[in-house]
Amino acid sequence: MTSDDLARAVRRHVLRMTNSGRSSHVGSALSCADLLAVLYAEILDIDPAHPDKPDRDRFIMSKGHAGAALYAVLAETGFFDTRLLAQHYRNGSFLSGHVSHVGIPGVEFSTGSLGHGLPVGAGLAWQARRMRKTWLTYVLLGDGECDEGSVWESAMFAAHHRLTNLVALVDWNGLQSMATTEETLALEPFADKWRSFGWEVDEIDGHDHAQIRKAVQPGQERPKVVLARTVKGKGVSFMENQVLWHYRPPDDLELAGAMSEVAP
Amino acid sequence: MRSRFFDDLLGAAEADPNIVFVTGDIGFGVVDELQRKCPGQFVNAGVAEQNMTGLAAGIALAGARVFTYSIANFPTLRCLEQIRNDVAYHHADVIVVAVGGGLSYGALGMSHHATEDLAIMRAIPGLAVAAPGDAAETSAVMADLVANGGPAYLRLGKAGEPIVHRAPIQLCRGESIALRTGGDIVLFSTGAILESALRAADLLAQAGVRADVRSFPWLDPLDLVAINDAAHRYPTIVTVEEHSVIGGLGSAVAEILAEMPHSASLIRVALPPRFSSLVGDQEYLRGAHGLDPASITHRVLEQMEVNRGLASQVR
Repeated sequence: MTSDDLARAVRRHVLRMTNSGRSSHVGSALSCADLLAVLYAEILDIDPAHPDKPDRDRFIMSKGHAGAALYAVLAETGFFDTRLLAQHYRNGSFLSGHVSHVGIPGVEFSTGSLGHGLPVGAGLAWQARRMRKTWLTYVLLGDGECDEGSVWESAMFAAHHRLTNLVALVDWNGLQSMATTEETLALEPFADKWRSFGWEVDEIDGHDHAQIRKAVQPGQERPKVVLARTVKGKGVSFMENQVLWHYRPPDDLELAGAMSEVAP
Repeated sequence: MRSRFFDDLLGAAEADPNIVFVTGDIGFGVVDELQRKCPGQFVNAGVAEQNMTGLAAGIALAGARVFTYSIANFPTLRCLEQIRNDVAYHHADVIVVAVGGGLSYGALGMSHHATEDLAIMRAIPGLAVAAPGDAAETSAVMADLVANGGPAYLRLGKAGEPIVHRAPIQLCRGESIALRTGGDIVLFSTGAILESALRAADLLAQAGVRADVRSFPWLDPLDLVAINDAAHRYPTIVTVEEHSVIGGLGSAVAEILAEMPHSASLIRVALPPRFSSLVGDQEYLRGAHGLDPASITHRVLEQMEVNRGLASQVR
C-alpha cells in the first residue's frame, strides 16, 4: 500500500472510530495521519508477523491521545485485524482512547500522559548504541506536549550524548486543547529552541509525503527533530484548524460529510 | 548501607555488562570506581529525574537491567508518573534506588526527608518495595535484585549505619527475618530503624516485657505468613518505621490484621503525618519524633497499659 493510500485509510478509520466510540481527539489523529503513514508504509523496519523481532525499529507515539490513528495504522499494516478497530473505546476492549500496549501487537510503548515518549526514546537509542545495534528509534510528539519540561530534559540528554539514532517528529498543528500554542504557552521560536538544545532541525510540510520521507532520515552528528507543520483535523474541511475538534467526536451526519471528503 | 550497595552493585556490574547505572547527578566520590571500571554501564542523567526514569525504562526495554539512583524523594516523587506509567506498567527492568530513606538527611530539611516513599511506592502495582535494615540485609536484597531484576524500589539509609546481622544472610524476595524469638510481644521493623528497634527490645526487657524482633527488608511482596503467624502467636504486634504512620509497614500490617477474625492488637510507632521543620541530625530528629529506643519503649508500654484498661472495661 502506498503511503497516500495508507494515510487515507487511517483517516477513514479514525473518523469511524471516533464516531462509533464517541471518543475524542479526532483533530489530533487526523493531523498526524500523514506522518504515521509515511513511517509505517516506507520507513520503519518492522514486521507485522513478528512484532517483537529484536532488531526492529522502535516507534513511540508520545502524543498518546491520538491513539486512534496509531491503532488504525497498525491494523492497516497487518499487525491486527482492521475489524477490531470497531472496538475502540468500547467496554471490554483493549483499544483505549490513549495508546496502551497491553494486548495489542505492534504498540511499542503506552502513552497518554504527555512528555513521556522522548525520555523513553532516548533510553532506547542510548542502549541501542551501547549494544552496537543499528535499529533506530522514532518518537512522535504533539506540539502542545512540548509544554512539558520532561521533553526538554530528554532533548538535552539526547543532544549531549549525540544520539544520532534517535529521530523526533513534532506534529506542529498549532492548536492545543483550548487555544493556539502561541496563545497558550508560546513555542516560538520553536525551531531555534531545538537548535539551541543541540538538535538537527528539519522544518517541513507535515502533509507532504515526499518531504516527510526525506526529513525522517537520522541526523549526521546530532539527534534529528522534524518539525512538521500540520493542520489539525486535516482532510475534513469543517474540522480543519478548529479547536472544537480536539475533543468533539463527529456525529453520524458529520461522519457522512467527513467520509465524503476523505474518499477511499 | 550506601557503601554496601555500591560494593554489591560494582560486583554485579563487573560480572554482567547488561547492568546499567543511571544517576541523577548524585554520588560524588562514591560512584567513581563504578564509573572507572564499567564506563559503558554508567550514565549521569543530570539533575533531571523525569528524564532519568523514562530513560531507564527505555534502556531496560531495549534489554538492560537498570538501576536509577538519587537522594530521598528525587528518584521517586519527582518522577512518580514515570515510575508508574513507564516502568511499572511496562514491567521494565528498572530498580529505583533512593539513598537517604526516612530522616537520614535530617538537617538538610524537609525537602530531603523521605517519609512517604514506602506508602507511595507500595501503592504502585507490580513494583517490588525493599527497605533493608542494615548492610547485611542490603546485600541480601541486592542479591535478589541483581538476579531477578525490577520493577522495584530500593530504599537505602545512609552510609555507616550500625551492622545488626553479624553474618551474611540469604533471603527470598518477600521474606522477613526473625532476630529474636520466644518473647511475649513482637516488634516488626522495616528499614534502617532496625537497630533502634533492637535497643527498644532491650529496654522493654528491663521493664519486664520480653519483645521479639522481626525485620522486614521487603514491604512488597510482604511476608504474609510471618504476619499471620505473629497475629496468632502474640497478643500485641508493634510496628516500627522511620516513615509516616500513613501507608508504611504499620498500615500494611493493619490491613492484614483487620481482615482476620481474631488477631493481635497493633501498636504503630512511626512518624506523625506532619512535616517536620525542626532542624537536626537523624538521631536528634528520631528522638524528637518518638523514634529513639526510649521513646519506642515508652510508647509500647503506655499503649499496652491502655489496651489492658480497655480490655478490663469490656469484661
